[in-house]
Amino acid sequence: MARTLTFKVFRYNPQDPADAPHMDTFVLDETESMTLFIALNRIREEQDASLQFDFCCRAGVCGSCAMVVNGRPTLACHTKTADYPSEITLLPLPFFKLVGDLSVDTGTWFREMYQRVESWIHTDLDFDPNEQEERMENDVANAIYELDRCIECGCCVAACGTARMRQDFLGAVSLNRLARFIIDPRDKRTDAEYFEVIGNDQGIFGCMGLLACEDVCPKELPLQDQLGYLRRKAALTAIGRKGPKNPQLP
Amino acid sequence: MLTLYTDLLCIGAGLAGERCAVEAAGAGFEVICLSLVPARRSHSCCAQGGMQAALGNCAMGEGDCPDVHFQDTVKGSDWGCDQDVAWLFAETAPVEMRRLAHWGVPWNRVEPGVHTYYKGGKPFEKEELEENRGLIHARAFGGTAKWRTCYASDGTGHSVLYTMDNRAAQLGVQVHDRTEVISLIHDGENCLGAVARSLRTGELVVYLARATLIASGGFGRIYRNSTNAVINDGGAHIAALDTGMVPLGNMEAVQFHPTGIVPTDILVTEGCRGDGGTLLDKDLHRFMPDYEPEKAELASRDVVSRRMTEHMRKGKGVSTPYGDHLWLDIRHLGEKHIRTKLREVDEICQYFLGIDPVNALIPVRPTQHYSMGGVRTNRDGHAYGLTGLFSAGEAACWDMHGFNRLGGNSLAETVVAGGIVGQKIVEYLKGSEVSFPTGVVRDQVARDQERIEALINGENGSENVFDVREAMFDVLEYAAGIYRNGDDLERGVGELQEIHERANRIGLKTSGVGANPELALALKMPGMVRLALCVTYGALLRTESRGSHTREDFPERNDRDWLSRTLATWKDGASLPNLTYEEASPVYTIPPGERGYGGGKIIPRDAAKEEK
Ligand SMILES: Cc1cc2nc3c(=O)[nH]c(=O)nc-3n(C[C@H](O)[C@H](O)[C@H](O)COP(=O)(O)OP(=O)(O)OC[C@H]3O[C@@H](n4cnc5c(N)ncnc54)[C@H](O)[C@@H]3O)c2cc1C
Ligand code: SF4
Ligand code: SF4
Ligand code: FES
Repeated sequence: MARTLTFKVFRYNPQDPADAPHMDTFVLDETESMTLFIALNRIREEQDASLQFDFCCRAGVCGSCAMVVNGRPTLACHTKTADYPSEITLLPLPFFKLVGDLSVDTGTWFREMYQRVESWIHTDLDFDPNEQEERMENDVANAIYELDRCIECGCCVAACGTARMRQDFLGAVSLNRLARFIIDPRDKRTDAEYFEVIGNDQGIFGCMGLLACEDVCPKELPLQDQLGYLRRKAALTAIGRKGPKNPQLP
Repeated sequence: MLTLYTDLLCIGAGLAGERCAVEAAGAGFEVICLSLVPARRSHSCCAQGGMQAALGNCAMGEGDCPDVHFQDTVKGSDWGCDQDVAWLFAETAPVEMRRLAHWGVPWNRVEPGVHTYYKGGKPFEKEELEENRGLIHARAFGGTAKWRTCYASDGTGHSVLYTMDNRAAQLGVQVHDRTEVISLIHDGENCLGAVARSLRTGELVVYLARATLIASGGFGRIYRNSTNAVINDGGAHIAALDTGMVPLGNMEAVQFHPTGIVPTDILVTEGCRGDGGTLLDKDLHRFMPDYEPEKAELASRDVVSRRMTEHMRKGKGVSTPYGDHLWLDIRHLGEKHIRTKLREVDEICQYFLGIDPVNALIPVRPTQHYSMGGVRTNRDGHAYGLTGLFSAGEAACWDMHGFNRLGGNSLAETVVAGGIVGQKIVEYLKGSEVSFPTGVVRDQVARDQERIEALINGENGSENVFDVREAMFDVLEYAAGIYRNGDDLERGVGELQEIHERANRIGLKTSGVGANPELALALKMPGMVRLALCVTYGALLRTESRGSHTREDFPERNDRDWLSRTLATWKDGASLPNLTYEEASPVYTIPPGERGYGGGKIIPRDAAKEEK
């Protein structure tokens, strides 16, 4: 216990013409159960009030606080300093636009993503407030929920080699999102319509299958299964066959 | 300066804000939602438990109906709510849950057959009917007569918010995230929009709107220890209060939850105790039965929080660098139960505490959880004081929660109120014409700009913003926590008035350039202290105990003198809020009576009146 921690932190305020990207060093005494949430707030309060970083729920559920900790994209709020050596290097997530220091603009990218994949139920049915709800098997509801758990933290995209090479790559997160709608019986899009969005180099054919995305996903989403499933299904759809069943379904 | 026009400006893109936005956009109006964070990161995403609606589909919900939901809600509020609003809510909730199903929420569904459920740690069996197969299922929650809480696994808020945001995107609702409202624009009668600061560039942006909605969630972050997201700091409440005309209702009604973990105050569910977990003190003594021999750990939220605090005050807490706490013990429930039925708790312990709850104790303490108070509105969601200003969700005091809200009723309120208020806004937009006097807009922007420059140049002084905040935290902790008394409250009000002066003398330590976080906090710090004064002063004057408001020196619920709602307004330059009162409910469909839990004496409404 009672270690002294050294934080090397990426600094750059793009709004300040006098500033240039550099690393700053902050030193803190470690306390019990210390997380990066606690550490960074202490640095801001005691050492440099201009330090920019994002936390919101600070409980691992909102996806705000992703950053690169000693080389690996992860959620800062659930990162315990005790699991790290006494020198910790913090960088903003690559790929996304930098807001300042450790803060990046994931919001804009994700909103564009869900406009691109039309991340909503497509149906002709109108809602009738006087009717009972449409029935659904609980197994199906659970399967949808499993893929719905993504918190849009951006770790998977930040870790992805393809995304680093092509800015228009949809990434595992978008493919997973579409898979969620493909298994949802309420969504009436045809397979051909789905694959118009992702059956190209920006989608499944751009993916090199090295699976860095699944390795870093803090919610442990089954990204690998979904990528494989979509690739097989796309190929079969192209030759007019029905395609396999999603591994998530019962 | 960038100036944008829209029909409806929603301050907040959580569930309440987006539900209203969807209603207005669906009717063909242009809507912009503002948010500090991307819409999907709003606090609504954190709710796990679920949302109440009397669908009555599951075996343990059989016979449920809006009437029973209404009764539970009124009792839960300790008769502090508007009963017409509570009824409207209970009646509409089932339709809204079905609508959410239509839009894509993966609700858990009824599976026919015999299932094993748990109550008070003991298993029992119950058969779900074949005829209900595939309908929305429900789980148990505190203070409810039936199982009524609809849920999507342990991520209800997440699933519902993502679905709502999808729907909003589909309808073309714009969300301007990383944008913080710092003041409202009004001409003394009409609300005309808001001035916001970009959290990307630090620039000010003017939003002019025919209707404005405050749906900014709770303000729990005026307390040091809270389960709330760090963005829930009351910025939009401050903007409303600073108009001098819009009252905040029942600000003294603050809910505490017994089991926030230490040090981060992340919530671990009531289910731990429901399934048989116990609370221990520093000597590993199980103390709850000493205070509440009958119900022990399973007394209601406010009761358990009170007893824990009392026990720690006796020096029985475990002291740490982060303050005192007690232990939650679930070890005896066994590995299987913990890893499956309490999976979320298991994860929180592993991730945030680095302990395994199967063989370690969980450090917990009661912590601020929910703001019953907020922008006072009428039944249509129209704020008092300004035309064209509306409010919904946790930010509002609509008022269906009174002095204590039931678990599962808040998330449901966001969509129910959002739907109803959204419709009223549509009616309002159809019938209104607004003009935007440029002078009014210019004056407001100039005032905000002056405040910013004064902070950057240290014109008013050099107080450190974090020191001021710590001082405010200290006062709220001893004066306006779970237990309150006249002496502490009086001292607290005095100290907060001094802290308010200090807050007006803050000067920045950094340059304030760009999206500077120090500037963001410094801009709202005096307002946060004003909110703290509304809470503390309101609590000082309310000489009774009702729901979560507990006065040690006035332990009775006093229906004779206090069956009322507090309204707080703040005149420019004042050092205290101006408090007035209105009747809690226009009608008492259920006359004030016993809640059936929590104990306590009641001074009846018809007891001889005393001068107030
Ligand atoms: C840990 C936890 C668990 C909970 N679990 C449950 C549960 O199981 N069931 C239940 O019924 N309730 C639960 N609640 C309560 C419930 O989650 C909240 O009351 C509800 O989500 C509030 O929704 P909202 O739309 O009113 O506000 P929020 O979801 O908080 O959204 C507020 C919005 O306003 C924006 N905003 C704030 N200030 C400004 C500003 N100055 N300028 C611009 N934008 C601003 C924010 O960015 C955000 O978009 C829980 C609460 C907590 C803390
Ligand atoms: S598997 Fe595909 S999506 Fe995942 S990191 Fe590799 S290239 Fe990117
Ligand atoms: S898939 Fe996983 S890593 Fe990617 S954004 Fe979602 S939660 Fe984050
Ligand atoms: S702050 Fe929400 S996930 Fe880390």
